[in-house]
Amino acid sequence: MSLAVRVIPCLDVHDGRVVKGVNFENLRDAGDPVELAARYDAEGADEVTFLDISASVEGRQTTLEMVHRTAGEVFIPLTVGGGISSVEDVDTMLRAGADKVGINTAAIHRPELIGEITRRFGNQVLVLSVDARREPEQPSGFGVTTHGGRKPADLDAVEWARRGVELGVGEILLNSMDADGTTGGFDLEMIRAVRAVVDVPLIASGGAGQASDFPPAVAAGADAVLAASVFHFGTVKITEVKQALSDAGYPVRN
Amino acid sequence: MTPELSVVVLDYGLGNIRSAQRALARTGVEVTVSVDHDEAVAADGLVVPGVGAFAACVDGLINIGGDKIIAERVAAGKPVLGICVGAQILFTEGVEHGRRVAGCAQWPGVVEELYARRLPHMGWNTVDAPQQSKLFGGLADERFYFVHSYGVRERARPALGEAVVTWAEHDGDRFVAGIEQGPLSATQFHPEKSGTAGARLLQNWVASL
Repeated sequence: MSLAVRVIPCLDVHDGRVVKGVNFENLRDAGDPVELAARYDAEGADEVTFLDISASVEGRQTTLEMVHRTAGEVFIPLTVGGGISSVEDVDTMLRAGADKVGINTAAIHRPELIGEITRRFGNQVLVLSVDARREPEQPSGFGVTTHGGRKPADLDAVEWARRGVELGVGEILLNSMDADGTTGGFDLEMIRAVRAVVDVPLIASGGAGQASDFPPAVAAGADAVLAASVFHFGTVKITEVKQALSDAGYPVRN
Repeated sequence: MTPELSVVVLDYGLGNIRSAQRALARTGVEVTVSVDHDEAVAADGLVVPGVGAFAACVDGLINIGGDKIIAERVAAGKPVLGICVGAQILFTEGVEHGRRVAGCAQWPGVVEELYARRLPHMGWNTVDAPQQSKLFGGLADERFYFVHSYGVRERARPALGEAVVTWAEHDGDRFVAGIEQGPLSATQFHPEKSGTAGARLLQNWVASL
């Protein structure tokens, strides 16, 4: 008996709608989060992640309603990230129906936030999202970025992941900004570097282009794999990823 | 026509109860989220959810008299289902960071941190259910969604006597994944988040009401 490697599709949402085209056949409404989450559930997704990119208060409110609706219809774990900056934000998301919440920039600005959240809700609700890229000037060779990879945070990514776990996060979502969108495969070196310093579950993200890209990420130390566009555009199906993982000897949920 | 079964989800301020409420509603029962003593005692079934820390859940539960509700129901033979920390608080006590907190003591056993390299134990795992389990009927080889760091460990030798115990294992440490005895049932994992397998388990429980 052992845990299955989790395969997680990630959807960008804006004002309660899924954006960045999702190209499924037979969808009534390609922007409807409930329909998309249900579709991924049916295809075997082990969790669904929503990244909220709403800029306005109204937009975030609409996103909350979307989370509420999804949690009422889709019975697999739901993580919501993007714009979480306080204990109240976490409380609101969990009450709306999220199971886990991702934090990123707010934790970089104020690391104490991690402890504030996990003391109240437990460490299992908090995912530290680390957007990292290669930065030779950092001791580990990897640096944290903000604003979608555009701004350097002047922070060593491996050290930040280690510190995040020390402060209480229950999981790390490691997103390679160099590999993101390249479809050239995961940044295995980065996964190995972070794996070496954290014992909490590690989700690898960024760079997946084909099913065969996934098993090496697990071999490098990931407990879960996350991707967006390859799933949305149907380039790779979740079942194909699971087959590839299974063929490589990793347990998956059928 | 048979009258509709009623299930109360006990709302003591902790946990994502919406998923539990909706997942149960799909089994065809009438679900009410409540803290009302009489309503919780009278329902055909009671679900006790819970996430986060053992101590916080016990505090929340006692605040609304939930420990008494559970004890009254069990004494009257009325079904109760605990989920995740809502399952843990049914045991004698919990130990977190060296601090001992008394639970509802419906079962003997200490809830403590798992001996595992990778914590939290997060994700879909298989379970080892005995033949006589009603909860896991028709669910051989299925995986369920766990998210926790604490549990009742086999190596602590809990004296679970007559209870039907289903075990799970993480990094070599075995712990209670499910337990059934008379009207009282509990799962360490989240059936309401375990897709079709979880839905089937909830159906099995509802069928016992």
